[in-house]
Amino acid sequence: MGALEIAGRILLQFWPVWLGLAAIFALSFRFKTCLGLYGRLMDSGIGKVGLFIVLFWLLTAILADLVITISPLDQIAGMKNAAPGTVVPGVEGQYYLLGGDNLARDVFSRMVMGSRTVLAIAPAATLFAFMIAFTLGLPAGYFGGRFDTVLSFIANLVLAFPVILLFYLLVTPEIRASGIPVMAAAVLFLFPIIFAALLLWSRFKTQPAKLALYLAITLVLGVWAYSGLAFNADPLGVFSMDPNLLNIFVSVVFVNAPAVFRIIRGLTIDIRTRDYVAAAQTRGETPWYIMLWEILPNARGPLIVDFSLRIGYTTILLGTLGFFGLGVSPESPDWGMTINEGRKQLSIHPHPALPPALALMSLVLGLNLLADGLREQALKD
Amino acid sequence: MGRFILKRLGVMALTALCLTFAVFVLTNLHASLEKLAKNQVNTRMTDEQVELWLSNNGYGEPLLWRYGEWLGVVPGWTGTAENGKPTGRCVQPNVPPEETPRFCGVLQGYFGFSTVFHQPVGGIIAERVALTGWLMLWVMVVMVPMALVVGVLAGMREGSRLDRGLSIFSITSTATPEYVSGVVLIAVFASTSFGLQWFKASAASAMDRMTLENFTLPVLTMALYGMGYIARMTRASMAEVMTAQYVRTAHLKGLSFGAVVLKHALRNALIAPFTVIMLQFPWLLTGVVIVEALFSYKGFGWTLVRAADNNDIELLLSCSIVAVVVVLLTQLISDIGYVFLNPRVRVS
Repeated sequence: MGALEIAGRILLQFWPVWLGLAAIFALSFRFKTCLGLYGRLMDSGIGKVGLFIVLFWLLTAILADLVITISPLDQIAGMKNAAPGTVVPGVEGQYYLLGGDNLARDVFSRMVMGSRTVLAIAPAATLFAFMIAFTLGLPAGYFGGRFDTVLSFIANLVLAFPVILLFYLLVTPEIRASGIPVMAAAVLFLFPIIFAALLLWSRFKTQPAKLALYLAITLVLGVWAYSGLAFNADPLGVFSMDPNLLNIFVSVVFVNAPAVFRIIRGLTIDIRTRDYVAAAQTRGETPWYIMLWEILPNARGPLIVDFSLRIGYTTILLGTLGFFGLGVSPESPDWGMTINEGRKQLSIHPHPALPPALALMSLVLGLNLLADGLREQALKD
Repeated sequence: MGRFILKRLGVMALTALCLTFAVFVLTNLHASLEKLAKNQVNTRMTDEQVELWLSNNGYGEPLLWRYGEWLGVVPGWTGTAENGKPTGRCVQPNVPPEETPRFCGVLQGYFGFSTVFHQPVGGIIAERVALTGWLMLWVMVVMVPMALVVGVLAGMREGSRLDRGLSIFSITSTATPEYVSGVVLIAVFASTSFGLQWFKASAASAMDRMTLENFTLPVLTMALYGMGYIARMTRASMAEVMTAQYVRTAHLKGLSFGAVVLKHALRNALIAPFTVIMLQFPWLLTGVVIVEALFSYKGFGWTLVRAADNNDIELLLSCSIVAVVVVLLTQLISDIGYVFLNPRVRVS
């Protein structure tokens, strides 16, 4: 098969993704004016390209089952290191579109499936890091004092670690056996609940009926998810996390949170001197109301941009973990791990390592372009 | 200024202390020590044998006490080997027992003994850091001028086609981590399948003699990832300077565009990137680990991976000291340099 035919077949294989993308973009253009910052993204060339790439991978992750040609774990005899476009023996019209890897698995399907691992962990881990940073960074910047000094010191401490060393120390079977990840998760996963509770409490303090209802809903949902994610003890079995995955998730959150903390602290210190904060103080609002409902919304521009950039950075981190063999599980088609497996025979068979490498790069590039577009549009505020 | 530096050095020492303690705790979990014992003797030891080996080799003391031993504030452990010879933390093969010091730790300049390389840690670290130093040097030599040129060219006419093109180039370079660009570069320039075997895929021979053939790919791989970020900072700074009053004045008094850029804008535009370049060093440290693993260049990063893989406690501790010193020292230099470059800022 020629290179053009391979490319054509790959594009064809992604048909559900193209369909989804067309629908999303058509709707976005139609309702551009009433979608706020997202709608204005449609006016920025870079933003559109970024959004396109990010949505492409997001849809690929969701629809991966429809896109793959062969199960990513199937090993077919005779396909070891097969060249791109090789026909699968015995099956009519089945191809290894991007060739076979060292264990005779389909490189294309593995690349497509690999998007799932990344997109399941990276955005969620980034979101958790942001929640933690909100809950700690806002008071640190707003009140200052000893609380700020101690937290800033700890944040700088974590940031002074080379990331790789930290991962090597935190993502090991010995650490998993010691129960440290579960304990860390027990602490870290509390923060989103605290954050949500504070958000509601500060807003509806004067309306006890509403407050009680909202708080109850949040706490039930929060504690339910918490028991499942941190302790794997969800009575209904909806929320659960593999211990290995939990270990990686916790480490990634732990690495990201201090950096976000510093950003939020800096923004808070800047914004707390504004007039509208002084007005709220004079009005007699509580500090938490001022932090969460006055300062935070006004810091959203840089934070949205950083969120997008940070998902990209987390994607790179996850790839790094896989590259050093600390990934999810040896069988899984995680991009970093596939690159790591492929690099050993790079000078003879480069085709197994290149697709996941380029996939990872394109996703991060998409997120960076999206961040650029968002920054461009947010500055117009 | 002196007090400022002293204070920063104090914070640095405190940070190093906390970090090494964290590393110490994480590497001295009981399961890790068991693994270490089995690695050192044999993998089929019984639990009693493991305990015996651990207590015979000074791992039996409480955690804090042993951290003190490593620091050199508590006397090192001593014992007797099966053949009756004295053993201990401070015992050296060719030093008579009477002259063996009681304390031997970081404060005495002794960094311990590597269980992987079977050599004193100090020597290993010095040798490996020197190798990585060469890599870093060449990365800087390639990366910084390239980044500054790209940034200045992009920023001098904001919004022009040149700016768009160069900006996309820098975004792409920041989005390409080392393990991606390294893999792509090796596939294109060092594999048989593309037919361009210009360079070598391994930098192992560069440890003895650096040549264009064996050192280009690792240097390029690292330089590409770091470059985009510096270039973007330079661009932002340059674009800001180009809108300043004095640049407009220079334009109005009839200077050519080249003269305005080179004589008036450039110097002021380079203040911000200086800070960014200094803060890039810690980032390079992570890159070094990936690149050295990928190109099998046995420098600091490679040593760190080996140490971490084998739970080599004292080697890992020294690696973290090196990392902390690099990170904090570059922060300090960037702060001080900023004050010298920018007379509007004074340290209070």
